[in-house]
Amino acid sequence: MEQLGIAEQLREKFPGSILEIITHRGQVTLLVDRKDIFAICQVLKTDHQMNHLNCLCGVDNLKRTAAHLERFEVVYQFYSIDNRTSLRIKAQIPESDPSIDSITSLWTGANWLERETYDLLGIVFNNHPKLERILTAEDWEGYPLRKDYALRGDKEWKGLEELREKAIRLRQYDFYGAQTEQE
Amino acid sequence: MGKMNNNLVQIADGIKFIPGASAIVAPLNKLINWGRAGSIWPATFGLACCAIEMMVAGSSTNDLDRFGIIFRASPRQADCLILAGTITKKMAPVVRRVFDQMPEPRYVLAMGSCACTGGIFDTYAVVQGADEFLPVDVYIPGCPPRPEALLEGLIKLQEKIMQEQGRWSNLV
Ligand code: SF4
Repeated sequence: MEQLGIAEQLREKFPGSILEIITHRGQVTLLVDRKDIFAICQVLKTDHQMNHLNCLCGVDNLKRTAAHLERFEVVYQFYSIDNRTSLRIKAQIPESDPSIDSITSLWTGANWLERETYDLLGIVFNNHPKLERILTAEDWEGYPLRKDYALRGDKEWKGLEELREKAIRLRQYDFYGAQTEQE
Repeated sequence: MGKMNNNLVQIADGIKFIPGASAIVAPLNKLINWGRAGSIWPATFGLACCAIEMMVAGSSTNDLDRFGIIFRASPRQADCLILAGTITKKMAPVVRRVFDQMPEPRYVLAMGSCACTGGIFDTYAVVQGADEFLPVDVYIPGCPPRPEALLEGLIKLQEKIMQEQGRWSNLV
């Protein structure tokens, strides 16, 4: 199996970084330490023609108990259009310092995916060209996709509170609003 | 629409047409309301899945044009804002800005469970009902409401407009 070959070659190159190689239903997943993620991705891109980044996302494993695994993961799904092989990489991110190197300089498509992961899970991507929130508002507090984030949020977003105040302030210009205010 | 004793033809409640003179007699209030109810121009504005149903209501099968309802691409030319879809908190200030650009008289229709109450999205990201920041005139339930339900809502709005008193001058 070609993917396993790639995985073994990576293990030789980065002996300390590859934690585990998992095979499931013909799909190969590499659990890796985050410190060499950029180098690993670079090797995948140049030596193994992984020219397409299918997907990049984060995972919050709040209830995971395995000692050698961390709370957060960043999952990379690579595909080589030339060789028709795919490979999945899961980088472990500790809760105490949720950060990892950005791979936007290798695959430009990673830009918004990393921003989304940052926005929703609070994982910081070092060397990212523009690490800002992408889905929620710029001044949002908290990271909604974390498992310990309340479904309705911990507190109301400032912007909506300002909007409610504005609506009350502008009510006098409405036909019915002005009427009720006179009464 | 029956003929009246003095030959005036009643064409709507309180609005009479004088045959042969091509003239209409009616109280000003009724005349203005009648004109408004027959020319509701909503802003072309969709927010989520409900907008698809709104488009169907505008298509030839249901034909909103026969009510004088014509979608306008600018809120400055519109009388009515149909909130068709989920209003996320990030979108809410924008919705309000669209409404603020509309000149009086202006009406708001909340279309679908989402715009009425937040619907199934009882979450951190969604406004729990458009009336948190907008004066809603008509609520249309459903997820999504069928085009017929939107028509019903618009007819309800027409009825509401017909009952208004002096929404055209501060002097009334
Ligand atoms: S009410 Fe239903 S159909 Fe309409 S926007 Fe909400 S989820 Fe979509």
